[in-house]
Amino acid sequence: MKIHIPNSAFIGNIDPFLRGIIMSEPEELEITANESWISVHPVVLSMIAALGLPVKPENIRCETLTAKSAHYLERMGLFKFLGINSGMQITEHESAGRFIPLAQIKTSDELSQFITDIIPLLHLTPPHVEAIRYVVSELVRNVLEHANSELGAIVSAQYHLKSNMIRIGIVDTGVGIKKTINQSHSALTHLAAIQLALTPGITGTTDKEGGTEFNAGAGLFFIKSIAKVNRDFFMIYSGNAMYKLLKSKTHKLYADPFKDKHSAGDEFPLWQGTAVGVDISLDATHEFATLLQQIRDVYAKTIRERKHNKYRKPKFI
Amino acid sequence: MIHIKLAPKTGSFAENKDIARDIRLHEIIPALEKEREVIIDFEHIDAATQSFIHALISDLFRKFGDEVLDQVSFKSCNETIQKIIMIVIDYMQERT
Repeated sequence: MKIHIPNSAFIGNIDPFLRGIIMSEPEELEITANESWISVHPVVLSMIAALGLPVKPENIRCETLTAKSAHYLERMGLFKFLGINSGMQITEHESAGRFIPLAQIKTSDELSQFITDIIPLLHLTPPHVEAIRYVVSELVRNVLEHANSELGAIVSAQYHLKSNMIRIGIVDTGVGIKKTINQSHSALTHLAAIQLALTPGITGTTDKEGGTEFNAGAGLFFIKSIAKVNRDFFMIYSGNAMYKLLKSKTHKLYADPFKDKHSAGDEFPLWQGTAVGVDISLDATHEFATLLQQIRDVYAKTIRERKHNKYRKPKFI
Repeated sequence: MIHIKLAPKTGSFAENKDIARDIRLHEIIPALEKEREVIIDFEHIDAATQSFIHALISDLFRKFGDEVLDQVSFKSCNETIQKIIMIVIDYMQERT
């Protein structure tokens, strides 16, 4: 496998980074990077860590990183995670208020502990904390329950002071969305599976409205809605498909993710599993209760319409 | 009547679905089967996820029907938690 870390890869401009990943020869990993500057979204780091974790450290080649900003990779714990020595000498700073280094979460209890541990590190006010822990909890639980990933979830996050924004990356190398959704629905492509997974009330565990006792099919719709209302980016990449929620001027929520302002494609390198990146702007964090009211309206309406569409129709002859 | 305090089990952020399922299976459902009223108390909980609330109460609608709301009350919920409970109750009633 080969990964090139560019000078910039955030959700808005992540497509070239994804297209540049070479997935062949999975027992080896070669990492190269921009010589002058490295500034990337945590989802990029989580992806590199997820790809590299199963590879023996002696089979990971990382070129000498010359960009001064490459220290960021060291401080986020990437090389420690991969079991290799970057050769960088840095002073470890207190991470409070700036970033959450790469972490591997494999159980429900580990997730609860992770959330308890990280929130104080961010030094945020309650309204901001609410959205962040909600997003982390729901996305990681999705991995633990549906991904069947031996590695569990690989999580990292960073707080950007200049933009007053938290960026979160949660990645797994499990079965992917298409396989999960197709347990109960019919998605012919990875992109169609992503579309279904983002639709309220659709879960891979059942085709019945209301879900099962344990799953409702609401988690990803909630996350996308949080991003939409706050006018933030959100991306989800699984198989060869990537859906990206773009910033829009409207707060209006749609059940169908393809009605939101978005970009989507299914010609990306095949990612075995799922990668999710979210931005949460702390300046614009919408009142959570107001957001939930909007979700309530859209959710109930969607189920009503879906139910109506299943009504048997009379034959007029 | 049975009074179930969630906070000692969930902490201030109720998100662990395994805990929700345990409370449902071992406390809520047995009480409802004995036709006792149930109070689910959210005191000291400042947030909950939709997944937690779904795991806690959705199956009550399948087992006892929408009338279960006559037997179950939700205490000390802040506005956010109330909204999430209402979302789950809405879609569980819409599904039938």
